[in-house]
Amino acid sequence: MGQFLSRHRILLPVFSLAVLLAATFYMQPRAMSYFGINLLFNLAVPIALATVAQMMIMMVNDIDLSLGTFVSLVACVTATFLNDSPLLGVLILAALILTYAGMGAVIHALDLPAIVVTLGMSFVWGGLALFVLPSPGGTSPGWLRALMTVKPPLMPMAVVASILIALVTHFLIIRSGIGTVLRGVGGNARSVARAGWSVVRLKALAYGLSGLFGVLSGMALVGLTTSADANIALRYTLLSIAGVILGGGEFIGGKVSPVGAVIGALTLALAASFLSFMRLSPDWQIGAQGAILILVLTARLIFARRENATG
Amino acid sequence: MTISRLLLGAAAIAVSAGVASAESHLSETSDMRIALSNNYAGNSWRQAMLQSWEEVAGKAVENGVVAAADAYTTSENQATEQAAQIQNLILQGYDAIVLNAASPTALNGAVRAACDAGVVVVSFDGVVTEPCAWRIAVDFQQMGREQVEYLATRLPDGGNLLEIRGLAGVFVDDEIHAGIQAGVEANPQFEIVGSVHGDWAQDVAQKAVAGILPSLPEIDGVVTQGGDGYGAAQAFEAAGRDMPIIVLGNRQDEMKWWAEMRDESGYETLSLSIAPGVATLAFWVSQQILAGAEVPKDLTVPFLKVTQDTLDETLAATPEGSVANVLYSQEDAQKVIADAKEAM
Repeated sequence: MGQFLSRHRILLPVFSLAVLLAATFYMQPRAMSYFGINLLFNLAVPIALATVAQMMIMMVNDIDLSLGTFVSLVACVTATFLNDSPLLGVLILAALILTYAGMGAVIHALDLPAIVVTLGMSFVWGGLALFVLPSPGGTSPGWLRALMTVKPPLMPMAVVASILIALVTHFLIIRSGIGTVLRGVGGNARSVARAGWSVVRLKALAYGLSGLFGVLSGMALVGLTTSADANIALRYTLLSIAGVILGGGEFIGGKVSPVGAVIGALTLALAASFLSFMRLSPDWQIGAQGAILILVLTARLIFARRENATG
Repeated sequence: MTISRLLLGAAAIAVSAGVASAESHLSETSDMRIALSNNYAGNSWRQAMLQSWEEVAGKAVENGVVAAADAYTTSENQATEQAAQIQNLILQGYDAIVLNAASPTALNGAVRAACDAGVVVVSFDGVVTEPCAWRIAVDFQQMGREQVEYLATRLPDGGNLLEIRGLAGVFVDDEIHAGIQAGVEANPQFEIVGSVHGDWAQDVAQKAVAGILPSLPEIDGVVTQGGDGYGAAQAFEAAGRDMPIIVLGNRQDEMKWWAEMRDESGYETLSLSIAPGVATLAFWVSQQILAGAEVPKDLTVPFLKVTQDTLDETLAATPEGSVANVLYSQEDAQKVIADAKEAM
């Protein structure tokens, strides 16, 4: 069983989500509907995108502490520039993605600790967000709002979007050649360099992809909330890291799972709703959320140990 | 047994008839559920707010006015958390959500989803801009104007004013300041000779006022934003200056000082602020909407004013370190709604 699970490391996240979902439906049968599932999960879509963004960074053995403020900044740009003058908005967002790529290149070239650089950048993003949108407001572009509230047949938007994100990133990271090389940077950067790849470029690419998904996350968020706030997504930094780990990713070694990351994000969002349905006092909710996290990680660790023991 | 049952039944009919006649055109809300969505519980004002809700809404549930009135606070003061919380409340099937919002705009999507699901949303204190929600807002400008107007009745010849402002860059500070400016423009016999930031805290205000006092001429009145009046008084006393008329902000320490000064030297002033019990006003407004009353989307909270006549009873009713509170009743809500209709 241990070997089976470790070979299919995606099973544990899927199992956690299924158990939590069953418990939620038991507590709140009303949630078991097209409308209910959409309400449960639609705010998880930007979290899933942010988690994928964080995964891109963790894939190359770094960690991004600026993601929450970056997504907030994107949300502010989306609600202002992208709505008022779309061309300028697109240019700004493209520049933000390039900045992310540049950040990756600099971190590698100067051998800086990513944790410090991104922490510093979080203040830059936060300041810029306040500059763009000093007081809460702005409007979501109409097409974005329509996209995030679309009602596809059979499955609610939140589910369709999650599947789409998981599939696209799975092919990009797991199946494609460049994805394999990128994971190789996390696994053993030196052998990737010996094989003739430029690690600086690869890191820039990983960070650039992270920036891209960060931008998508901020845009999705504004599509849901209809307007922005400079502090709107601060929670995403930690949520995204937890989501990656919950989904079977590792901090080092380039071991990541895009499908797992999306499931991890959904699990985190669902855990909060589940605790709210349980009418747990808010004083206990953060603790309980942490307990769920520790529970899942413990299960993973036990299986990983067994795998090592049995060889 | 049968007789007592009959009597009980008769009593129940009589009671419901009485209620029905009181709210002739309104429908029953006894099977409806109201939730409070709150984003923060970390200061004395919010604690008092939650207690007020518990007291008034809890009693309404006991009396069968509504079926449930549960309070939810997000574990973190974040708009995304509260948006998820609102969506959960929709799923839990509440008929109305009373909302103190973390952001005026970032919850609009969730509020819209609630409206679309047929849930009544009433925001108060931290109001939301989504048009489908009701807003019980605070007219902070009026709060500033009234201070100057009160001083004009006390000092018909005018004089020098010191302004103590709140936390720089916060919306509330700008609003009250604008109101004070408007008041001074309307009463040109007054001049603001100095202005400091007291950050709504007694110790900060005391330091700031003590710092600016030596450079100021005689001060006749001090206009404030609440939470800063006692500190200003301390600074004036320490500097050995004559005590000006300091407009206070309903904090317990301010009122205690006022009562002592009154007993000592007949000191007179005015105190005004927003009561945390505004949550209970929002509760009754949402109940009225559920009952089918026609309610304008924008309502204004009346200030809680403490005057020379009401000082003793208010002070006695305010716990130490807290702020003067008032619990609103169904009639108060009906009056606020009627006033808003008239103003339209």
